[in-house]
Amino acid sequence: MSNIVKDHVLELLKNDTRVDGRGLKDYRDIKVDVEVTSTAEGSARVKIGDTDVIAGVKFNVETPYPDNPENGNFMVNAEFLPLSSPNFEAGPPKIDAIELSRVVDRGIRESKMIDTGSLCITPGEKVWSVGVDICTLNTDGNLIDAAALAAIVALKNARFPKYDGVKLDYKTLTDEKLKLSKMPICATVVKAGGKFFVDLNEEEEEATEAKLNVWSTEDGELSALQKGGDSNLTVEDINQMFDIAIEKATELRKFVQ
Amino acid sequence: MSYEKRPDGRNFDELRPIEAKVGVIKNAVGSASFKIGKTWALAAVYGPRELHPKFLQDPAKGRLRCNYNMMPFSGTGDRIRPGGNRRAKEISMVTEKSLMPVLDLKNYPNTVVDVFIELPQTDAGSRCAGICAASMALADAGFVMKDLVSAVAVGRVDDKIVVDLDYQEEAYEDGPVADIPIAMLPRTKEVTLLQMDGEISKEQMAEALELAKKSVDEIYEFQKKALKEKYTGEQNE
Amino acid sequence: MGLLIEDKSIAVPGEVLAEGMDYLPADGAIREGENVVSSRVGLVHVDGRAIRVIQLAGSYMPKRNDTVIAKVVDVLMSGWRLDINCAYSAMLPLRDATSDYIEKGANLTKFFDLGDYMVCKITNVTSQKLVDVSMKGPGLWKIKRGRIINVTPCKVPRIIGKQGSMVTMIKDATGCKVTVGQNGVIWVQCDDPEKERIAVDTIKKIEAEAHISGLTDRIKEHLDKVSKK
Repeated sequence: MSNIVKDHVLELLKNDTRVDGRGLKDYRDIKVDVEVTSTAEGSARVKIGDTDVIAGVKFNVETPYPDNPENGNFMVNAEFLPLSSPNFEAGPPKIDAIELSRVVDRGIRESKMIDTGSLCITPGEKVWSVGVDICTLNTDGNLIDAAALAAIVALKNARFPKYDGVKLDYKTLTDEKLKLSKMPICATVVKAGGKFFVDLNEEEEEATEAKLNVWSTEDGELSALQKGGDSNLTVEDINQMFDIAIEKATELRKFVQ
Repeated sequence: MSYEKRPDGRNFDELRPIEAKVGVIKNAVGSASFKIGKTWALAAVYGPRELHPKFLQDPAKGRLRCNYNMMPFSGTGDRIRPGGNRRAKEISMVTEKSLMPVLDLKNYPNTVVDVFIELPQTDAGSRCAGICAASMALADAGFVMKDLVSAVAVGRVDDKIVVDLDYQEEAYEDGPVADIPIAMLPRTKEVTLLQMDGEISKEQMAEALELAKKSVDEIYEFQKKALKEKYTGEQNE
Repeated sequence: MGLLIEDKSIAVPGEVLAEGMDYLPADGAIREGENVVSSRVGLVHVDGRAIRVIQLAGSYMPKRNDTVIAKVVDVLMSGWRLDINCAYSAMLPLRDATSDYIEKGANLTKFFDLGDYMVCKITNVTSQKLVDVSMKGPGLWKIKRGRIINVTPCKVPRIIGKQGSMVTMIKDATGCKVTVGQNGVIWVQCDDPEKERIAVDTIKKIEAEAHISGLTDRIKEHLDKVSKK
């Protein structure tokens, strides 16, 4: 099996260059818009190069889980829409979309970004649930960093709907926002041809050997990791990738408005 | 009772503000965005491409396959559980039928042309917005078409015939309501989609159809302008 | 009566281009009663009495004698199945693959492996779009390295230019090797990554501006500017 697209990316990497002329540690242009859909209680659209995703937050009032009666519920879901790529099909989420939503869920949940205790209305009876749905609009590589950023920005801008103890009024949003403590960011580092680089476009992703999704907070703590790709990583590799990811997360965090 | 004033102050024959654009999804062969009031539809066309499973293939022509989907956060109320439901399936089917009469796919035997319609935000009229976006996306994809397709809901609220009902009007409770999504070929005013639910007399229905003809002309102008602007206007985001 | 739209403007499906019988519909236009009507989005071209609407978008449709860039997607008993960037795959039969003698039962991946790209020629297209290609002939070869990009197939004639003038201009200015497939797949190769990028960006610029007049001068100016840097 030959793959000249991959060979070409690797050839360029030897000289520390890339198909679009970027440096190995450079992201493409990033654009973040908030309040892009008024039917969600919070929303964001993130473009990284030609990768384009939209995230929306919906609140609801639910019964808490019996083993967790004083905490609200939090859920992340990703839809790889067939509108966004010739490689996606209609139908139930495939493993890639499931993995992405689970990694985003863990990165946010484990950082304790959201104080789920503050989502309790009546212990054991009523709690707020917060759901984030991420939909892809156009794909050109590095979906996860874009999806993660969109989810974070949408959560930051979400406003609770009016609730009188009985009925939710989605048409009236209050000024109350989620109580957020940390600002976790996902930055993905890829290893190929013995080099580390970030924010691969679809052409470059052909060359991926191993990758690491790294979620880190502003104090440099890690909140979730996912190793991907078909090749292995040494412990030294991983430590280097952490440093790159934490530095990149600091840059990406500036886009959280 | 009489219906005197629409909730947003529009005239009875006035459409909500429209924004239309093509070429919004880079990966697609053709794509479009169509906003009418708070209802927002995106459409992307992929194909003609190989159709699987094989028994669905038609050796005489390409097949058109539409897929209408509301994003989970696009409803005015609760989150919408993703994955097709019966409503989305039916709308996908009538959308196909509304577009098929203008399309000629005889040069593409055994293939499929996929049209994906996604709604990030809705406030009634979503299938009509979807059809408007889809017909623009097909044109943007370079397909041979004898016309565009323009669609709008007309209806009856109490004693008035109105166009482009929003959600609040569809839910009017002080009198009878009828909701009538219609798609037409703008030049000939031939009807390719007609649905109705509610209560309406034959005479009112005739009046509603006349109003649809007039409104379709207005919508067509936005579609036409968007398709031309891709090549003549400023290249902006 | 008469022409309702300017030459070189953009028409959309259903738009009435001319009234009366003075004008005739050509490719991309149809007659409806007294009118000539556009049947696609495209560039209006009035040539005497004939009105054409030139296609600006769409997928590739295979045609006999087209030179295309293809990718091996399957190795069969009797040849190779190729992706030619359209709804229909193509077949490269053994006898048209090489002038070498291929022994019965030989390992065909030695000639063309999965994932290999090649410049080949379409030899036949049936009504049901069964496509045959050949590797025998001048200018047909297997691609070993370089960059593969995709453009809208109907822009290919502009990228090639009259008698190949446009593509020659790119090659001369950048020193890159460039082969343009009619199917919108283009191969670019250069040992200098910066020059390769200039060639790719220029091709993308031609694709984006193909419908705007004065293209050749604009591209020449662009190449002068970027290659001086």
